[in-house]
Amino acid sequence: MALLGLKRLRRLPEGETDKVIGNHGGEQSYGSIDDVVNAPLYTHPLKTPTWWFVGFGIAFFFLMVYLYSVVYLIVKGTGIWGNNIPTAWAMPIINFVWWIGIGHAGTLISAALLLFRQEWRTSINRFAEAMTLFAVVCAGLYPILHLGRPWVFYWLAPYPNTYGLFPQFRSPLDWDLFAISTYASVSLLFWYIGLIPDLATVRDRHPYKLGKIFYGILCLGWRGSNKHWQRYMRAYLLLAALSFPLVLSVHSTISFDFAVSQVPGWNNTIMPPYFVAGAVFAGFAMVLILAIPLRKAFKLENFITMKHLDNSAKLMLATGLFVIYGYFVEIFSAWYSGSELERYMIYNRMFGKEYGWAFWALIFCNGIAIQPLWWKRVRYNPIALFIISIIVSVGMWLERFVIVAVTLTREFLPSSWGIYKPTFWDWSLYIGSLGLFSTLFFLFIRFLPSIATSEMKETLHHIEHHGDPALRLKDNKEAL
Amino acid sequence: MAELYGVVAQYGSPDAVKAAAQTMRDHGYLQIEAYTPYPIEGLDDDLGQTQTRLGWVVLAMGMVGFIVGFGMQWWANVEFYPLNIGGKPLNSWPNFIVITFECTIIFSAFTAGLFMLFRNGLPQYYHPIFNTPGFENATRDKFFLCVEAQDKHFELAEVKGLLASTHPEKVSEVEK
Repeated sequence: MALLGLKRLRRLPEGETDKVIGNHGGEQSYGSIDDVVNAPLYTHPLKTPTWWFVGFGIAFFFLMVYLYSVVYLIVKGTGIWGNNIPTAWAMPIINFVWWIGIGHAGTLISAALLLFRQEWRTSINRFAEAMTLFAVVCAGLYPILHLGRPWVFYWLAPYPNTYGLFPQFRSPLDWDLFAISTYASVSLLFWYIGLIPDLATVRDRHPYKLGKIFYGILCLGWRGSNKHWQRYMRAYLLLAALSFPLVLSVHSTISFDFAVSQVPGWNNTIMPPYFVAGAVFAGFAMVLILAIPLRKAFKLENFITMKHLDNSAKLMLATGLFVIYGYFVEIFSAWYSGSELERYMIYNRMFGKEYGWAFWALIFCNGIAIQPLWWKRVRYNPIALFIISIIVSVGMWLERFVIVAVTLTREFLPSSWGIYKPTFWDWSLYIGSLGLFSTLFFLFIRFLPSIATSEMKETLHHIEHHGDPALRLKDNKEAL
Repeated sequence: MAELYGVVAQYGSPDAVKAAAQTMRDHGYLQIEAYTPYPIEGLDDDLGQTQTRLGWVVLAMGMVGFIVGFGMQWWANVEFYPLNIGGKPLNSWPNFIVITFECTIIFSAFTAGLFMLFRNGLPQYYHPIFNTPGFENATRDKFFLCVEAQDKHFELAEVKGLLASTHPEKVSEVEK
């Protein structure tokens, strides 16, 4: 009964009981789930709430900043960035790793929690998957832009060509191409397959003809026949089972970009698990950043409950502790290696004149700022969670900055040591990618069901028919 | 008058549709199908539907993906364009694992998703079941059972009578 957090219901503060899914002003019915979740989709375009237009407008402005930066980059070349030898990998790679990490929580929520039958995931998986998809879009563009000649990015792919050449399959950079393109396309498929029955629901209730046609095309003519459901559920389960190892492999593969090289501080076996933990950590932070305003704005508090925020916060804390362990292992293995280069790398990271602050800032953001999450009062306070999640996002960005840029400024050859300073265009491309992400997200919450309604109904059915009647919500209320 | 597609009964709960499916099966009807807003456990048995074999197709395609992924790398490095890279053997298979894995996943995942749609006949522009009055609630909170006219034993009055005995909310004749 992890599902509704019913086991813990007794310990919830007064008034919190109503905020468990299912209990929606007394009895929850299948129909009321649809009505609440899909309400924003049925509104007339001109009656869209003002906050949506304001939010979308701001996001769209930054999307334009992004597009302008991309065009300027293509016209002028990578010289507009602060990247230079030895710091050839800088902001584009930092942002790439940061974005792809954020995506991981979405897949983990939808795939891993499905396999482990954590039914509470049902109300957050849809928008978490959308978050994954949009984060991967933002991430995937960075390595392409970083190529210098983005228009020939397809040279990375094996395709029949007149040169008679294949890409270097032994290179982690080529593994990246396969890992990211697989991850992006499988995430899209998983998300879309999950959406089909809900789109059919929207088609059947949509008040406007244009909406009916639009969602009718999107749902492919879904009619909910039992044979269809049977194949659908099998396909969905298989997709979850395939996505779970995939999500673990993606960030591992990205960590190979570093771990397979010989650069001190990168050539380390801790990298794959450390990267995956960091990715999930940053991902849950982003889930909270998105969920807390979303549930308020669309009045989804009955679906995305405090229990969901609490569970996400716990996972964030747990993965955060893995990450802290990773920092210790990095320091230890640098010392234990006995290599002068490794030891100097850590010394420079921690006490280097230029970037020492970044290391301590990330220790604060990722190590110290999450400690209040041990307390239930903090985990049940959306504002505190929101602030901590923002700090964690900044911290994870700093971590990638320290790993990528700070390490490279002190490479093997002292004569080529330098300092890395991001330029205006580095920042505009980063801020712009946040605009790209938010634009997509605003469109998503306006035009697609942000909670998986058919799964929600199935869950409700399970509680009503298979759950212990003593655990029914009404009885619980009385028990309190 | 257009041709009859079948007789459709509407129910208010999953248990009712399950019981009705059993009744119809007991009377020897085989061409029956239920339409529900969410998957219902055990309904495939009541309808006499066999388990899907999608998993085997996915497994087979996953193996194809594995062979394609590894084969491509092996062929490019050993047969097509052998090149000495850092003294590594031409078939340095540990380096090929990541791409092999990704190919396995992408082949099997797309098989799971697209083959499911293909077998379900989706996308489909038109289906007679949508002519059922009130069918828009099939994706909301109503449960439908359809006895198709192509069933061997189909006899309109008898089917309607039987369905009426299963406590439906509504019984309607649906045209093609």
